[in-house]
Amino acid sequence: MSTATLPALTKKDFQTDQEIRWCPGCGDYAILSAVQSVFPELGIPRENFVVVSGIGCSSRFPYYMNTYGFHTIHGRAPAVATGLKLARPELDVWVVTGDGDSLSIGGNHTIHMLRRNVGLKVLLFNNRIYGLTKGQFSPTSEIGKKTKSTPFGTTDRPFNPLSLAIGTEATFVARSVAVFQQHLKETLTKAAAHQGSSYIEILQNCNIFNDGAWDGVTEKDARSEHVVQLEHGKPLIFGKNRDKGIRLNGFELEVVSLGNGISEKDLLVHDQHSQHPAYAFLLAHMEDLPGFPVPIGVLRSWENVPRYEDLVRGQIREVQAKRGKGDLATMLRAGDTWEVKL
Amino acid sequence: MATTTIQPPKRKKEVIERAVIRFCGDSGDGMQITGSQFTNTVALYGNDLATLPDYPAEIRAPAGTLPGVSGFQVHFSSSDIYTPGDSVDALVAMNPAALKMNLPDLKRNGILIVNLDDFGETDLRKAQMASNPLEDHSLDGYRLFPVELTKLTRAALRELGLDNKSVDRCKNFFALGMCYWLYNRSMEATLRWIEDKFKNKPQLVAANRLAMQAGYSYCEATEAFQITYEIPPAKLAPGVYRNVSGNSALAMGFVAASQQAGISLFLGSYPITPASDILHELSTYKNFGVITFQAEDEIAAITSAIGASYGGALGITTTSGPGMALKTEALGLAVAVELPLVICDVQRGGPSTGLPTKTEQADLLQALYGRNSEAPIPVLAPCTPGDCFWIALEASRIAIKYMVPVIILSDGFLANGAEPWHIPAIEDLPKIPVRYETNPADFHPYGRNPETLARPWAVPGTPGLEHRVGGIEKQDVTGNVNYEPLNHERMVRLRAEKVARIVQDVPDAVPAGDSSGDLLIVAWGSTYGPVTAALQSQRAKGRRIGHVHLRHLNPLPGNLGELIGRYDRVLVPEMNLGQLAMVLRAKYLVDAQSYSKVQGKPFKQSEIENKIEEMLGAAS
Repeated sequence: MSTATLPALTKKDFQTDQEIRWCPGCGDYAILSAVQSVFPELGIPRENFVVVSGIGCSSRFPYYMNTYGFHTIHGRAPAVATGLKLARPELDVWVVTGDGDSLSIGGNHTIHMLRRNVGLKVLLFNNRIYGLTKGQFSPTSEIGKKTKSTPFGTTDRPFNPLSLAIGTEATFVARSVAVFQQHLKETLTKAAAHQGSSYIEILQNCNIFNDGAWDGVTEKDARSEHVVQLEHGKPLIFGKNRDKGIRLNGFELEVVSLGNGISEKDLLVHDQHSQHPAYAFLLAHMEDLPGFPVPIGVLRSWENVPRYEDLVRGQIREVQAKRGKGDLATMLRAGDTWEVKL
Repeated sequence: MATTTIQPPKRKKEVIERAVIRFCGDSGDGMQITGSQFTNTVALYGNDLATLPDYPAEIRAPAGTLPGVSGFQVHFSSSDIYTPGDSVDALVAMNPAALKMNLPDLKRNGILIVNLDDFGETDLRKAQMASNPLEDHSLDGYRLFPVELTKLTRAALRELGLDNKSVDRCKNFFALGMCYWLYNRSMEATLRWIEDKFKNKPQLVAANRLAMQAGYSYCEATEAFQITYEIPPAKLAPGVYRNVSGNSALAMGFVAASQQAGISLFLGSYPITPASDILHELSTYKNFGVITFQAEDEIAAITSAIGASYGGALGITTTSGPGMALKTEALGLAVAVELPLVICDVQRGGPSTGLPTKTEQADLLQALYGRNSEAPIPVLAPCTPGDCFWIALEASRIAIKYMVPVIILSDGFLANGAEPWHIPAIEDLPKIPVRYETNPADFHPYGRNPETLARPWAVPGTPGLEHRVGGIEKQDVTGNVNYEPLNHERMVRLRAEKVARIVQDVPDAVPAGDSSGDLLIVAWGSTYGPVTAALQSQRAKGRRIGHVHLRHLNPLPGNLGELIGRYDRVLVPEMNLGQLAMVLRAKYLVDAQSYSKVQGKPFKQSEIENKIEEMLGAAS
């Protein structure tokens, strides 16, 4: 589609007149701003965007986007969006969800959407807490966390959302951070270009019920010291002085210091298209290891996996080509019939 | 097919009006196929018919045991019939367990064909029989025909070189061949079916054909039966007919609805007995552009359908009671966002898993009221297998016209039961106008059509109509999020009023039988057959009785209250503990008498008649 035929859209075109009801200081504002900045750049007519959400703070998102929007019920946004996408594959459908919505009540829909590779862009706002219900632990809360429903600490092991998505054979898995605006916009743009399901975990702070959830990533100096930015075709380097790297040693990752005979060419070079099922898992789990940074960026991008809606509609076209378009009268008279005469 | 020509039998032929035959055996014995083939053959011959398949929930309970018994009953007639028959004229029992379970329904002096080869000690023990009924005179009151079905089938198929297991699986067709002979029926239709079914397995074509022909010839040669029966064709209205089950009719009805509306059909469904056949059948209609989405669960099934409707398709979902329970929250969403949607609940015995393969009507109150808060939904119920087609069209039409989810309550009896169906002409199908909003000038997401109160269907992709919908309460007209007390009450009342106004599309109830009198029977769903048969029988005895069969359960026909007042008493037979009766009592302050049967089986005509006689006293 040529963008020249479209009226140029701006960020303002995607803002609504509705009063935004997130708490002041909420991380959601930054994500909203990034999405509103990226959408006009995608060359898609505004009426073809649909934002579908579930329940939770993040799921109020559609009300603040001047596109088609559907605020559904808890956990079910992927299923609603799948039906919409099957009926209308030409639409650009974005699912906005949170850690409770997507990984707890909606876990089943999430994994099945991803395994089918429905052409949906999924933004998982992960603040590791239930905000709208006022402060219970979520499926991504760290074990031992004291919350309103766990005064003595949670006994639940948390999900790693990236690992979960990779386990479903998701074809696009990425992570960004609400406050890393530039990185977030770039990641959104990459997700938008992907043909199948795009799953982005966005680390986001709840300053009321879980303030500082991602301080280890977002605080001054933390980004350079404790975050590794994955870039396709580039070695994994991090550190304030870009003096640390990640190397593959057999089946393990190891952090190494550059120098003393170790150079960039010894490091793991990121391949987001790697077909090896374990590769993205290694990346997703490196933060569990002592001394390892938190990865952000695109962990996996498998192009050329057919989109679900294309397979479904392709099959319809095939059957129609073979049998011709359905004729109602023929259908009703199929099989054995008999005539009763006057 | 020159080889299949069979000379007509030369025995005494008795012409009778009707017969009820039941095939029963182990669930691995192919009784459902045998019954379906017999049904198809009598349908093609022009008989009126009704069927009652009755099969266990277990795919294969241990062979030969009582829980594994599967049966298929066919009532066929030269006059109008409404039920599969209260009792059986001819019973084919493939083993002792089947005999034990089904003998109570066989008429005295009825025909009883049993497989002699399956009455050994082990077989009897599996059926928990202390003595052999073939020897202990307990079957003296029946016309017993013990036949070595297994041995004779093996002999007939000896030349084919098949293993015994494959050969033994053909013995049902030996029995079927016998029944065709007994009732003077041609084997042609079944032979065609065999050829088609096993078209890539020529050995199985030969095996099934030989078994059936052997059964037919056996009767001819052995003179076992001294008499055969002829049931002339019924005098049905002129036209082209086919045999149809309720589930098949629903599937075709939805395709017809989407064609009449000119929009695509989207089915979101999760497999569940007894509704799965609708999914199966719709999945074959891809040439109509039908999208069938086998979802990951019942909730995704309905929510995907809501998503499709939001995109402008006709979204439907099919399920049974437990699945209906899971869909409840999403039903509320559909009510709130006011999108067209059709939900089919093919009811089965409950609660919980209950009786998956048996019929019941106990989801009525769930359909009417089973949601949080005030969430009114129109409810329709088909009354016969063929009526399922028309109900699918009507539910879709109402859903689109009023922008509302609509529930269809079918049940296991309708779903699997079959009857001859007068195939309609396409020009006789209702029109279903669809109007997507396209005009941005003065567009309000929750503005309303003054007549129907429907909101506009503004589908994504339409320039200038970008708007937000959701389950959260909306401001009247604008659709913006709104928590104001008076707005909420206004929206609650608007949603209720919209559904109430559908009454303008509901035809007035017209009673069958007497239009006033001693008794009005108010019924719904699959009880239509036995109630109609009972009504005719009782009126012939001089009673003044009317029968209203409700296809619309919400809203009810506008004249129902007035109509009820024309009769002295009201009887409500239902396969539940009195749910419609409760609604009628609440709505019309009438002393409606409930008559319940909750056994997983349809009412018998005689049961309804006995109840009528109990209420009105013996006929004068």
